[in-house]
Amino acid sequence: MRLNRRRFLGTAAASAALLSSPIALGQKRPRVVIIGGGAGGATAARYIAKDSDGAIEVILIEPSRTYYTCFFSNLAIGGFQPMSKLAHSYGTLASEYGVTVVHDWASAVDREKKVVRLAGGDAISYDRLVLSPGIDFVKGAIEGWDVTAQTKMPHAYKAGTQTQLLKAQVEAMPEGGTFAMVAPPNPYRCPPGPYERVSMVAHVLKQRNPTAKILILDPKEKFSKQGLFMEGWENHYTGMVDWLTDEFTGGVQRVDPNTMEIVLEDETIKADVCNVIPAMQAGSIAHQAGLTNEAGWCPIVPATLQSQMDENIHVLGDATQNGDMPKSGYSANSQAKAAAMAIRHALTGSRAFKPRFSNTCWSLISPDNGVKVGASYVATDEKIAKVDGFISQNNEDDALRKQTFEESLGWYAGMTADMFG
Amino acid sequence: MRALIPALVLTLGFLSGATSVASAQDIARGERLFNACLRCHDVGKDAKNRIGPHLNGVFDRKAATIEGATYSKAMKRAGADGLRWTIDTLNIYIQNPKNLVSGTRMNYRGMRKEKDRSDLLAYLRQFSVSPANIPEASASLLQQDAPSLHEETYLDGDAEYGEYLSGECTSCHQSSGADKGIPSITGWSQPDFVIALRAYKKGHRPHPVMQMIAKRLSEEEIAALAAYFKELH
Repeated sequence: MRLNRRRFLGTAAASAALLSSPIALGQKRPRVVIIGGGAGGATAARYIAKDSDGAIEVILIEPSRTYYTCFFSNLAIGGFQPMSKLAHSYGTLASEYGVTVVHDWASAVDREKKVVRLAGGDAISYDRLVLSPGIDFVKGAIEGWDVTAQTKMPHAYKAGTQTQLLKAQVEAMPEGGTFAMVAPPNPYRCPPGPYERVSMVAHVLKQRNPTAKILILDPKEKFSKQGLFMEGWENHYTGMVDWLTDEFTGGVQRVDPNTMEIVLEDETIKADVCNVIPAMQAGSIAHQAGLTNEAGWCPIVPATLQSQMDENIHVLGDATQNGDMPKSGYSANSQAKAAAMAIRHALTGSRAFKPRFSNTCWSLISPDNGVKVGASYVATDEKIAKVDGFISQNNEDDALRKQTFEESLGWYAGMTADMFG
Repeated sequence: MRALIPALVLTLGFLSGATSVASAQDIARGERLFNACLRCHDVGKDAKNRIGPHLNGVFDRKAATIEGATYSKAMKRAGADGLRWTIDTLNIYIQNPKNLVSGTRMNYRGMRKEKDRSDLLAYLRQFSVSPANIPEASASLLQQDAPSLHEETYLDGDAEYGEYLSGECTSCHQSSGADKGIPSITGWSQPDFVIALRAYKKGHRPHPVMQMIAKRLSEEEIAALAAYFKELH
């Protein structure tokens, strides 16, 4: 950890002083620049703009004009949501909330000068920077796979064309073919995501290609909502899904996107579709900015989401190493509100309250068969710590599962309204 | 050791009280009290659904499951969430239907006296399959419940604090008031809002996400949220 003692104490002292008096920043409106327009960044932009009532200038940097949510993209693969329903624009944030949306790629952060450099050549200065860059894949995590292989062996872990590609590949599988997933090691975005995806692929294959097989090659010994998924696969996709851990396979040694082979310790599997989800780390801008630790994630101050490396930068969502919160859109949205409050407090002296965090992850196993897991969290000195939680039970009745699925659709509408306005 | 003895005596006293059969007088009184319900609810031989469902066999029935009865969306939701009619939930529901189901069609302001509810339920339990297996009352739950769920006075909430706290609500509930999949929580009266959160907090309402969220809300925070949301229409 590169946080030095003086800087850390300085942050604490500044926070204490701020409770009574706002920082004097001269006549100019203070400016918050946000990198990344996903669940963390878009929510932060909206809340800072909305709650500061124009007292803070908010600039959101996001390369895509149309943003596809990663959450619910598995449902698109399963045919339960059209891709178009996952698409969102930043129009309302700009027109209703006065957020300046810059569609460009943030290429560098100059922390000394407090400036963000854009690929297009511009530079934007900030009083506070919010970094919500999501994830990138660890280079060389799976031998034989890099991003140039993603058209043959898609990851589909950033939604959009990758999602559509994987969906098309599944639908075009030969009769009785093999779908293989190379599952990621912890920690990674959306813990139940790979297993919900398997459920969705199984649903498609059950309709179109019932003799096809699904293999999950997993470096983990256990996974999120495991009992619920296993029960669902057994009941709805009997005999179709095999979950194989490294203990059994010896681990994936390498893949060959040209021959569609997956090489295990003692065996080589030929797949018709191969969904490779490599190990992850914080999005590349976080590394460039020097905000990551040896694990590749951004350590943060739990209550404010400030980077432990730089008190002028708040990091949100998947890129953080925060303690107990999972990497999910819901978590990022929850963290964004705590950070937005801390930023407004620091820049305008608005009231600060004790932050609170929560998360729920819904997954669809088969038609009208939704499950969920969630927890509440508080900021302690060391981490964002879990307080309480719940999970759907095995053998729940159909009405409850259907209601849970409908609730997830309601959540999607609520979450995206909360992000994009 | 000495301190333990009175507690033990109390427990025994409670158990023996609970297993005794309701007196004929209570049941007769309950039947008279049921007159208030008759316009909407039928009970007994050949009972039919009226404005509300018939009440034969209501004990241990999942909410909103009588064929042909008309239920509110909110009651159907509560049933799917796992609301089951027991001596406890009926007791809380009859006290004020909005305790358990904010959007219920049951337009009844509630039976406030514990003795009345107890007699009414003693009457109704006769129309269940095996009345002897139904506990007569749940004194512990009632007592735990009484001071907070039905408190008539509410703190004057800090709406600005409520606005911050509402961020935890709007991850799911829409500030536009949309009601699909996730219920609307805008434009509620302050008492309805407070009662709903208290009921989740105490676990009377079955939804696990709401129980978790409400469990760590203080009375002050519940009041703050109620003050904020009542202004949203």
